[in-house]
Amino acid sequence: MMARIALAGLCLLPFGWLSWGAFHDALGANPAEYLIRSTGDWTLRLLCLTLAITPLRVQFAWPVLAKFRRMLGLFTYFYAVWHLLAYSWFDMGLEVSDIAHDIAKRPFILVGFTAFVLLTPLAATSFNRAIRTLGARRWQLLHKAVYLVAGLAVLHFFWMRAAKSNFAEVWLYAAVLAVLLGWRVRRWVQRTKASQAI
Amino acid sequence: MRRNSYSASSDSGFTHALSSEITSPAAYLQRRDWLKQLAAGAAGASLAAWAARNAWAQTLATRPGKLAPLVGGPSRISGANTMEKITPYADASSYNNYYEFGTDKADPAKYAHTLPIQPWTVEIEGLVKKPGRLNLEDLLKLSPMEERIYRMRCVEGWSMVIPWVGYSLSELIKRVEPLGSAKYIEFTTLADAKTMPGVRSHVMDWPYIEGLRLDEAMHPLTLLSFGMYGEVLPNQNGAPVRLVVPWKYGFKSAKSLVKIRFLEKEPINSWGRAAPQEYGFYSNVNPLVDHPRWSQATERRIGEDGLFAKKRKTLMFNGYEAQVGSLYAGMDLKKFF
Repeated sequence: MMARIALAGLCLLPFGWLSWGAFHDALGANPAEYLIRSTGDWTLRLLCLTLAITPLRVQFAWPVLAKFRRMLGLFTYFYAVWHLLAYSWFDMGLEVSDIAHDIAKRPFILVGFTAFVLLTPLAATSFNRAIRTLGARRWQLLHKAVYLVAGLAVLHFFWMRAAKSNFAEVWLYAAVLAVLLGWRVRRWVQRTKASQAI
Repeated sequence: MRRNSYSASSDSGFTHALSSEITSPAAYLQRRDWLKQLAAGAAGASLAAWAARNAWAQTLATRPGKLAPLVGGPSRISGANTMEKITPYADASSYNNYYEFGTDKADPAKYAHTLPIQPWTVEIEGLVKKPGRLNLEDLLKLSPMEERIYRMRCVEGWSMVIPWVGYSLSELIKRVEPLGSAKYIEFTTLADAKTMPGVRSHVMDWPYIEGLRLDEAMHPLTLLSFGMYGEVLPNQNGAPVRLVVPWKYGFKSAKSLVKIRFLEKEPINSWGRAAPQEYGFYSNVNPLVDHPRWSQATERRIGEDGLFAKKRKTLMFNGYEAQVGSLYAGMDLKKFF
């Protein structure tokens, strides 16, 4: 319990800092841009952490980690919500028509928005009752969508940085996610072979 | 008063080589008194208003960057003294696009201290009677310095209000006597791989090049700038000499100029080469012509518009339509974007 509270506290630290900075004018010359970019960065970071739980748990035989996966997933969504909200509010002035126009005009916005939409049902079905209602199998299948979300998130980031050909960070996230997904693919292949061998 | 010399560390800015060119503290303070007197009503209303805000600005922000002072007198050029709130120096000198030092807005302020501004020369080439090489000291003496308070609108959708110090580029152009065949000017900026980390990356083709039509370059609002906020330019803002074209998107205002070439044909500017469908040669601020990837109808004023404020409307020609609109009479601004 204590560990989970501590983790929640850690996950809230960036949010706390950004909120404090926003109200104390400590986010540089363009606070709107800073908030939009930081919430996006934290969404990606938490997504990587969430997807790292299972490989770490299995690889290091550390079952206790499983307890934290749901919380990290929900915090991923938490920062995604703030990312979308910061963009809609600070960049678009909450004008629905402007947002719709922008989504249509900018492919990277469309990709990011799609990732958010796909992430929403995952966040909404993260409660025990939802798992029971859906059944473990269907629930797992639904939550495989997170891999699609990860791909779209990196594409969104790549496209955003393409204007300045500044890809160093993009490759970093892409590499981390590739390792985490690669690990899953390898395990799946090994399991398939094992089951065929029987 | 501290006098920076060329041998001082490069992040201390640049100064005139001639000590006589450096405003003495007494003269500087005297001028402020003079400005206050002006403001009290000794001169015409518009000049008084300029003096008031100028005196105010300088009282509040004397040597905001601790660089060598470079003070400009009042400008009588129409449009040269916007009454809008001046962007804080800290924002104007820390939020910059200067890709030679990196693509992040914070990179130039972090890395531009290596800019080799000493000695500095600007080559004049092409279709002129008097080509040659001007050193910075000659350029500084070429015409009296004026303060010009301009709006600056970045193509990315943000803006600032900056008190530049310099003189109309036309002063230099007249001095070098363009030939009748000269119709365009190409501006080349410094690309020194040794001192500019961005030049070692492949973000775009270096050196960075910009261009203007000769009549645009001759317009009195087009400024050859050496300073801002009463000081020499900080390196990250394009020291020691840059272009400021207030009715065009910021990237047209090339920084750290090393070559000015007079041409018959329209030069290809760097952004036009990198993405011709996105950046035209003219790149006049125009709320009616969107960038292919975003709207240009609104902008965020840095350091002024709060987080929750709606973005302000972008003005045609960045608010300088009365002064420069006639340059583009009859042109299809959607085609010549």
